[in-house]
Amino acid sequence: MSATTAMEVNAEARRILAVSISKLYASRNQRGGLRLHRSLLLSMVMRSARDIYHSSRECEGPSDAQPTQEEPMDTSSSLEEQTGLPEPVQPEPQPTLNSTELPPEEPDSAEEDSDSEITEDKENLSPTRQSRKRRGKVSAAPDFLPSKRARLEPGEERYAAPLGSCRAGAGESLRLCL
Amino acid sequence: MAGAGGGGNSDVQWCFSQVKGAIDDDVAEADIISTVEFNHSGELLATGDKGGRVVIFQQEPESKSQPQCRGEYNVYSTFQSHEPEFDYLKSLEIEEKINKIRWLPQKNAAQFLLSTNDKTIKLWKISERDKRPEGYNLKEEDGRYRDFNTVTTLRVPVFRPMDLMVEASPRRVFANAHTYHINSISVNSDCETYLSADDLRINLWNLEITDRSFNIVDIKPANMEELTEVITAAEFHPNQCNTFVYSSSKGTIRLCDMRASALCDKHAKMFEEPEDPNNRSFFSEIISSISDVKFSHSGRYMMTRDYLSVKIWDLNMESRPVETYQVHEYLRSKLCSLYENDCIFDKFECCWNGNDSVVMTGSYNNFFRMFDRGYRQDVTLEASRENSKPRSVLKPRKVSTGGKRKKDEISVDSLDFNKKILHTAWHPLDNIIAVATTNNLYIFQEKLN
Repeated sequence: MSATTAMEVNAEARRILAVSISKLYASRNQRGGLRLHRSLLLSMVMRSARDIYHSSRECEGPSDAQPTQEEPMDTSSSLEEQTGLPEPVQPEPQPTLNSTELPPEEPDSAEEDSDSEITEDKENLSPTRQSRKRRGKVSAAPDFLPSKRARLEPGEERYAAPLGSCRAGAGESLRLCL
Repeated sequence: MAGAGGGGNSDVQWCFSQVKGAIDDDVAEADIISTVEFNHSGELLATGDKGGRVVIFQQEPESKSQPQCRGEYNVYSTFQSHEPEFDYLKSLEIEEKINKIRWLPQKNAAQFLLSTNDKTIKLWKISERDKRPEGYNLKEEDGRYRDFNTVTTLRVPVFRPMDLMVEASPRRVFANAHTYHINSISVNSDCETYLSADDLRINLWNLEITDRSFNIVDIKPANMEELTEVITAAEFHPNQCNTFVYSSSKGTIRLCDMRASALCDKHAKMFEEPEDPNNRSFFSEIISSISDVKFSHSGRYMMTRDYLSVKIWDLNMESRPVETYQVHEYLRSKLCSLYENDCIFDKFECCWNGNDSVVMTGSYNNFFRMFDRGYRQDVTLEASRENSKPRSVLKPRKVSTGGKRKKDEISVDSLDFNKKILHTAWHPLDNIIAVATTNNLYIFQEKLN
């Protein structure tokens, strides 16, 4: 993928993410309550957009891989970002849970395994969801609503990201509120 | 189908017959039509709207003076089926919008239908009253009680004719069985049971019993975070009372046999077409989500509608559909815009004609499409006030996809995406169709010579 195309894809992915998140917010106020089907589809689009966003950024070159300015989803600690740990230290029980959780992955997911930039929101850890690996569609559903608890860790800086308002967007840090 | 070269059995031409609903462009939200259904004889046509009302039209008997014209549909009964409710536990409003109406086969003089909103299904009895008793001993004709001292004789009240009155009364209310939003109801061929489906579960009811139902499908994962698909539609087989199908947001259809076990989580057959990798995009999942599934009248085939196409499946072949019809393929390159304006979430329905030779579905710009399976032809027609002179023949429409737009063609960018036809119905026996635009119901008939 050429640099220009990667940039275009990147911009497109970010735009779709922004649109998706605003739709999610809007759907919370919809009459009749949150529609599960719609929410699920939105989360899938966001996941695809996020994956393509990350993969197109990798194509841009490793020097651009620092997520700090660009990562709209990142609400985790800045320490992990700076050290660029591909697999942060995790509590014990995860490895077994990871294997049971990994679903059949989408065809374009193979390239995502090297994605080291998805860091975790430690605040919203649950026992079953502590893997850093992108888990494919399985955990797509809940990852689109911002948790009420999402906030900056002490020491983390605010960045003027274009999707700054969507900081707590699609990522493992989100929960489905039903 | 319609017009010379328009497609299908080329001696079928469609004419405008009637249009119901307000003329003005300012559409009240409550008037938006949300479901359309003919009864089993085709004599009655029911519509439900967002305001929770049901309007039933009845076909007039064919007049001898105009044998070339089938009877018109006129209002027969109107009633408020569902009211808005509030779920205090979840602090959620429950919309009164009628999601589906299904008629029961007629057993006696009265008609019965099931109507459902997101949470509650109701069985309505629609009956006629054309006589009333007169000549009471103790009451005057206006209902006031007579002074008993003036009663000196005894008579037997008699029935006298009166102006026809059509009464709708709720006979059963099936409530509190669905946590998620009901998307389908389907009456079983045994005429005793019916199913209701929400996003994650399907329940089986007995029409007589309202305080309990059996759960027959449950796809809710133990951990909701592992949710990958939801149920989008479900239907009973037209003659096998043990068989039903349900479609999913992933584009699969599962056929279940209730004889196999009480809980039909394990399907008997699963119908799925592998995705074309060339068509992969951000929106692949959304456009593969099935919005409607309908068995053919014969029960041999079923039809599914996803965002861009209609597929016909042979129940004996699970690997792929036997026929695929593109409804509006020109939208494939516009998916991003359609996502932004929410149109990509529109749920189009589809229907079969009486002998399963033609299928129909709606599109945008008030277009609807018919696909003739035998002649392998298709046609695009439009429901609009401009084409609504009585018995005027509908002209086939065409959307130009190439650079050069021919005369009478409309370009993709000129399509009005606010004018969508989601609900259509075909008379079970004749070539009469009901097509719902946002708030109007169009009735078209085959041109008879």
